[in-house]
Amino acid sequence: MKRRDFIKTTAPAAVMVPSLVNGISFAAGTNPWLEALAQSAQDTDRVLVLIFLSGGNDGLNTVIPKDQYSQLAAARSNVLIPENQVLALNGYPNTGFHPSMTGMRDLFNQGKLQVIQSVGYPQPNFSHFRSTDIYTSASDSDQVLSSGWVGRYLETEYPGFPTGYPNANNPDPLAVQLGANLPLLFQGPAAQMSMTVSSPAIFDQWVTGTPDPAPNTPAGDELTYIRNISAQTQQYAQRLIQAYLNVSSQSPGYPAAGTNYLADVLKLIARLIKGGLQSRIYLCGLYGFDTHATQVVSGQTTTGVHANLLQMLSQGMKAFQDDLQYLGIEDRVLGMTFSEFGRRVKSNASTGTDHGAAGPMFVFGKKIHGGVLGTNPTLPANATDNDNLPMQYDFRSVYASVLKDWFCVPENVLQNIMLQNFQYLPIVNPACITSIQEVNTLSEALILKAYPNPMVASCYAEYEVPAGHVRLDLYDPLGRLMKTFVNQYQQAGTYKVWIENENYPIGNYHLRLQSGPLQKTTILVVAR
Amino acid sequence: MNRKDFFAVLAHKGIRREEGSVKLLSGLDPYTGTWDTPQIAHLLRRTGFGAKKADIEQLRSLTPAQAVNLILTVPGSQPSPPVNNYNATLNDPNVPAGQTWVNDSVTNFNPLINNLRVDSFRSWWVGLMLNSGINIREKLTLFWHNHFATEANVVGLAQGIYKHHAMLRANSMGNFKNLTKLVTVDAAMLRYLNGELNSALAPDENYSRELQELFTVGKGPDALWTENDVKEAAKVLTGYRINLLTLNYYFDAAQHHTGTKTFSAFYNNTVIPGQTGQNGQLELDALLNMIFDTDEVAKHLCRQLYRFFVYYKIDATVEANVITPLADVFRQANYDILPVLDKLFKSQHFYDTLQLGCVIKNPLDYVIGACREFDVSIPSAPLASQYSHWNLLYSQASFMNMNIGDPPVVSGWPAYYQQPMYHEIWIDSDTISKRVGMADAILSNGLTGGGATILADPLPFVSSFQDAADPNALVSHAIEYMYGIDAGPNTRAFLKSYLLSGQTDDIYWTDAWIDYVQNPNQTTLNIVQTRLKAMFKALMQQPEYHLS
Repeated sequence: MKRRDFIKTTAPAAVMVPSLVNGISFAAGTNPWLEALAQSAQDTDRVLVLIFLSGGNDGLNTVIPKDQYSQLAAARSNVLIPENQVLALNGYPNTGFHPSMTGMRDLFNQGKLQVIQSVGYPQPNFSHFRSTDIYTSASDSDQVLSSGWVGRYLETEYPGFPTGYPNANNPDPLAVQLGANLPLLFQGPAAQMSMTVSSPAIFDQWVTGTPDPAPNTPAGDELTYIRNISAQTQQYAQRLIQAYLNVSSQSPGYPAAGTNYLADVLKLIARLIKGGLQSRIYLCGLYGFDTHATQVVSGQTTTGVHANLLQMLSQGMKAFQDDLQYLGIEDRVLGMTFSEFGRRVKSNASTGTDHGAAGPMFVFGKKIHGGVLGTNPTLPANATDNDNLPMQYDFRSVYASVLKDWFCVPENVLQNIMLQNFQYLPIVNPACITSIQEVNTLSEALILKAYPNPMVASCYAEYEVPAGHVRLDLYDPLGRLMKTFVNQYQQAGTYKVWIENENYPIGNYHLRLQSGPLQKTTILVVAR
Repeated sequence: MNRKDFFAVLAHKGIRREEGSVKLLSGLDPYTGTWDTPQIAHLLRRTGFGAKKADIEQLRSLTPAQAVNLILTVPGSQPSPPVNNYNATLNDPNVPAGQTWVNDSVTNFNPLINNLRVDSFRSWWVGLMLNSGINIREKLTLFWHNHFATEANVVGLAQGIYKHHAMLRANSMGNFKNLTKLVTVDAAMLRYLNGELNSALAPDENYSRELQELFTVGKGPDALWTENDVKEAAKVLTGYRINLLTLNYYFDAAQHHTGTKTFSAFYNNTVIPGQTGQNGQLELDALLNMIFDTDEVAKHLCRQLYRFFVYYKIDATVEANVITPLADVFRQANYDILPVLDKLFKSQHFYDTLQLGCVIKNPLDYVIGACREFDVSIPSAPLASQYSHWNLLYSQASFMNMNIGDPPVVSGWPAYYQQPMYHEIWIDSDTISKRVGMADAILSNGLTGGGATILADPLPFVSSFQDAADPNALVSHAIEYMYGIDAGPNTRAFLKSYLLSGQTDDIYWTDAWIDYVQNPNQTTLNIVQTRLKAMFKALMQQPEYHLS
């Protein structure tokens, strides 16, 4: 039995819950799991749109920590955005956007855009293609997976794909890659789960004969692969063309065709969704974020390559969101950006930035919490070439939370997809537990201190947490996990941990405390 | 019966099957087996673009070793460079029409003309692939372009793009270590990976990282270089600048990091002492010596060659039987490329019957291969027309995701590095539709664009067979010469049905063909031509045709 069928059959049992018998509908906080169940019965038409920012986006020039301006100025004066040009965000005086991002600023202020600060993973890898593989496969840094997180998710929803697909219940491709190609993301345990399209107009009809059995050789394996693509393409093409033709009018808010590549692609995605294509996941991409050199125009740091890219992203995202509203499908669509890594705190001499670690992610849509999740990164006063932003949230926590609250994937299934248990984050709303303000306020209220700091031979870390699962880690300046001191369930209270300087090279280290959905980071300076 | 059932039957019959398909046990011992059309066409397709019938016939009289010797003998002279084919579009005040622009002074820079020159370069390159003789140079140049990837849209200047290309081409069969050094100080690469901005004050790690990760030691399980090695190598590489007039590099000692560079245990804790003045350049030799002293360089390159020329799956058996001994050959030859290719293409492994047809054609294989197999005619004059025909083929391959001159990223095309799909990435719903569309066009009204029309005529190919009147024989020949894999009775019957136009008796084709041969006129020609085009279109549109 497929999961959705299971939910459909078991959902009526939920009516036995007394509060419902009394006519009270599910209220937030009653029982998140019941609410999720109820949602999934009706929300099978939910869509997730992923935007890949290829090359490694410079997060510090995208979401700017205004409260650390002097550290920013010290570390990256040649690419620094003038403080008075940073776009202000309602309710978050210490955080602002790059001046190119007016559209995203508007979405943010409307509560339709959420920032998740310093997303990354332990032991960051600085290779583009390895880190892209990590982000798409949702693996650990030192683990090589041959399937992607979206592929594994789709496999749980549509087991056995592609055998028996398309069929009457599932006439459409499960996922569509439009103007982007990240095959690993959609690689399921056994098959590729996505269809790649540049425009629905390209499909021609052609005839293939009755196939002979493929030989038991590598060539036979490849032949079978091509035959599957060929057969599915012929069937799916008709559906795509139909969906495309079903829509005759879209919002006029898009830039002129051909002027913003991403906007053009997003417009096509909106059209296909509105036209009735039942694909669950769309991927598109924006390329060129690998800004080692001339990230900005020298002396005019609000212009240049990075500014243009952010402008395309912002303008495209805003036009798309407005169009979803115009088309009446705003409730059904959630969007998310990701990039293989952020960039280094300190800029280089080529008015650019080198490969770094954590960076911000954006989630957009009507059904989100909005706001900024997490705190501004804490920058060292004198950043060196080795300083990277420490991770606040593991990217897999974001994926897991989206799967849980947007596609209502149950916990046990979620673990099978994400391969381990991740921190739950408030992103989708309405969904489950805590509000974003609550998480941020509570995170702020967590107590974590180290003394003596700077540490020479040793120090104490002291923290206070509510009851729950607690993790305490030490990261080096590059963002690599050095040691895990605590990783267990603890009662509410204050705890003290002895930290030994195990010949750590000197630098600005980070202690990271995780307590359920809450987290707090503090700098620990290692000195001699 | 689907594939799974088919394998289940095999398993039931006791035929061994592991990890997706049967295991290849063959190694690098010289191949001495059957030498017939499938083997010859295999060698030609893998080392060139498509297998022309005339080339197959020429190699038939040689031994496998002689055939490989011929293929590995690259022409001593370099082709004449691309020329001004664009003057009708935009007058070039500095280079007359028909003359080469590659030596034009960069001070004459005009962005519009520059774009036309980049187009001219790409068209010219396609022309070389299309007209290649029986040798590996074009395929090997493409291999190096994928390996040492640069993007024309980043490099910008057409003269620099050409210079970089000519360097890869001239050294395609040379010495890998030497080539790596040339690439390191090449103007296009210095621009592409920011080497020209790498300075002592703030080392730029871009080239240093890719030099190790992509170009030399790779990221194999034993390539244990560290982040610190990236930083240290970046310091060695500081100071190289581009002379914008000559497009040669020069060494700016003031920008060079003169401190000591210390490397990890992977590099035997090598220390490269800092040097001052022009001697700072000597550090590059020390760096390359250190890198090429590791075992990983040869292994990485052999894996790259294997994935490009043989197949993308490298299991433990292939690693032990092919990669490891091939890497030994490479090291013993001090990184000369010829001995490695010689060993590989003469090996039993390369001709293993289990291995034939397993490569999915890249877009250039598909587009240019088809043109060569049908010997399409392209006007050699006027020059502008010749270039626009080449350009049409370039844009077809580009539509299918292989834009020569502009691979998507520094790691090249994903088909050659992205696990687990590798070559399969070439085929998706989008690109397969475009391939099918091209087959349709080239065998119907013609592939058109930019004022050029390219038509494939199967008649000369078919006429070269004595028994073309027999539709079964004709289909067999077409499959044998044009498919990388044998086709079963269903496919044969399906293709034959186009020759018979739906009739069931072979005599209909036989009569039509004999009528045409004996009374060649427009009517009899049309009858066979229509059916042949339909048959070859269907042949190109079957999944089998994507295999090489």
